[in-house]
Amino acid sequence: MSIKLENVTYTYSPGTAYEMHALKDINLEIPQGQFIGVIGHTGSGKSTLIQHFNGLIKPTSGTVLFEGEDIWKEGYPLKQLRSQVGLVFQYPEHQLFETDVLADVCFGPKNQGLSEEECKERAIEALEHVGLAQKYFERSPFELSGGQKRRAAIAGVLAMNPKVLVLDEPTAGLDPKGRDDILEQISFLHQTRNITIILVSHSMEDIAKYVERIIVMNDGEKCLDDTPKEVFSHYKELEKMGLAAPQITYIMHALKERGMPVDVSAITVDEAKVSILQALAGDKGLESSSEETKTSITQSIEK
Amino acid sequence: MIRDITIGQYYPTDSVLHSLDPRVKFIGTMVFIISLFAADSWAGYILATFFLAGIILASKVPFGFMVKGLRPIVLLLMITIFFNVLFTPGEVLWGFSIIKITKEGLILGAKMGIRLIYLIIGSSVMTLTTTPNQLTDGLERLLSPLNKIKVPVHEIAMMMSIALRFIPILLEETDKIMKAQTARGADFESGGLIQKVKSMVPLLVPLFVSAFRRANDLALAMEARCYHGGSGRTQMKPLRYGQNDVIAYVLLAVYLVLGIILRNFVGM
Repeated sequence: MSIKLENVTYTYSPGTAYEMHALKDINLEIPQGQFIGVIGHTGSGKSTLIQHFNGLIKPTSGTVLFEGEDIWKEGYPLKQLRSQVGLVFQYPEHQLFETDVLADVCFGPKNQGLSEEECKERAIEALEHVGLAQKYFERSPFELSGGQKRRAAIAGVLAMNPKVLVLDEPTAGLDPKGRDDILEQISFLHQTRNITIILVSHSMEDIAKYVERIIVMNDGEKCLDDTPKEVFSHYKELEKMGLAAPQITYIMHALKERGMPVDVSAITVDEAKVSILQALAGDKGLESSSEETKTSITQSIEK
Repeated sequence: MIRDITIGQYYPTDSVLHSLDPRVKFIGTMVFIISLFAADSWAGYILATFFLAGIILASKVPFGFMVKGLRPIVLLLMITIFFNVLFTPGEVLWGFSIIKITKEGLILGAKMGIRLIYLIIGSSVMTLTTTPNQLTDGLERLLSPLNKIKVPVHEIAMMMSIALRFIPILLEETDKIMKAQTARGADFESGGLIQKVKSMVPLLVPLFVSAFRRANDLALAMEARCYHGGSGRTQMKPLRYGQNDVIAYVLLAVYLVLGIILRNFVGM
């Protein structure tokens, strides 16, 4: 078991006028190699939760275990933990500080105590993985564009070769291509390095496309913890919490209501397309009108 | 950790003192401070005690919270009293070569102690019952006569307001950057002095860059809304005296008069 949280509670500014219960009695088990999505309304405790994974925050009560060990017991090497559980904050480009990109990405490995050559090796590998070309290595990080800075910052965490990678809204503020690139890269890492990925996101479509398991946070409590199809089937509950299901799920439900025998548990556009085409193919009664509906539906889905 | 620092330590409640015009509180605090140093007799200090007690009650701020502000100066207090008690010349009560405890020393020590404590508590009441923005507004109004001699009062007040506004933002940014770098294995605690200074670089560089970026954005935003400085500028919540403010001024005047009477006609 990679990470385990037992009865974790966290309160900000306890006992003052500004007291805030961010996490209430959280129990969680994360096996190695899983791709998890964490969703929740703003203020639901997502950021607080993920900062418990690498020991940045100590729970007010409860235990946090990494690979079976209590990370808050006397003498536990937290610094080492942080190189095994990498955390990429929101807008990570704000952490860039070195004179050139390569040096900044080397910061993590250097703190791990690796030699100069090893640091460079790791850094170059990480930069390649995030898709940053070699010509940028010697440039100042402040000269890069927003998306490039973002990638350099993510590379900075990747260079530590963590077993678990936690990303807090890695696509925030990026253009659609940038978002796709980053997410594809993350998915690639998951498959090739077999690392555990924990993705916090507000985009239901992104979550639906990549994760195997969704944890839904609401007001500091863990509300739902299941496969994406299961979680999104509770879309009315999700709406009450200020969330939603992927757009395509709503279309499927609407189609079903109008009498089309489609699979309402479809959560990605690809799944929906297959299901709709199947439903139309099986519908032999309505010949001519179905041809029009078929083309117009496929056209609007293609859009 | 950093979240727990409350700047200026404003304590939100609704009390008479909280709703007073900040100018009244400024002037009141100054009057009180002057009276502490002008008072020479015990009668003067007793009057000050009554005044302070009344103010504390009227503010509805828990006494324990107020006394917290004294903690940092406990050391200063001890040292002041210590030196005054031991090194004041006069009628010796107990002595050991140059270290003598005199009657004058004890009295002086006590007076100094009381002055310091009352000074701190008196000024704390000001910041506990007035928000930082009210403070700058009050200061701007009080100093506005200086405009006549070309002192840029409005610009100074605006700078103060913006600085105050950005303290929590930059504190939060510092927290975030520290966490982000710690997540990459940075260590701000261990090592000798030189090591610690070096390890501040990954914190200070991003912080400065962030501060400049925010300043730039804010300047653009202000200009985009036609900000051009203080001339002809109106306020959303202009400070206006109310009935309570007038009563407060009257009470201050009474306190002042009593203080003068006690000083000149009652020696103790």
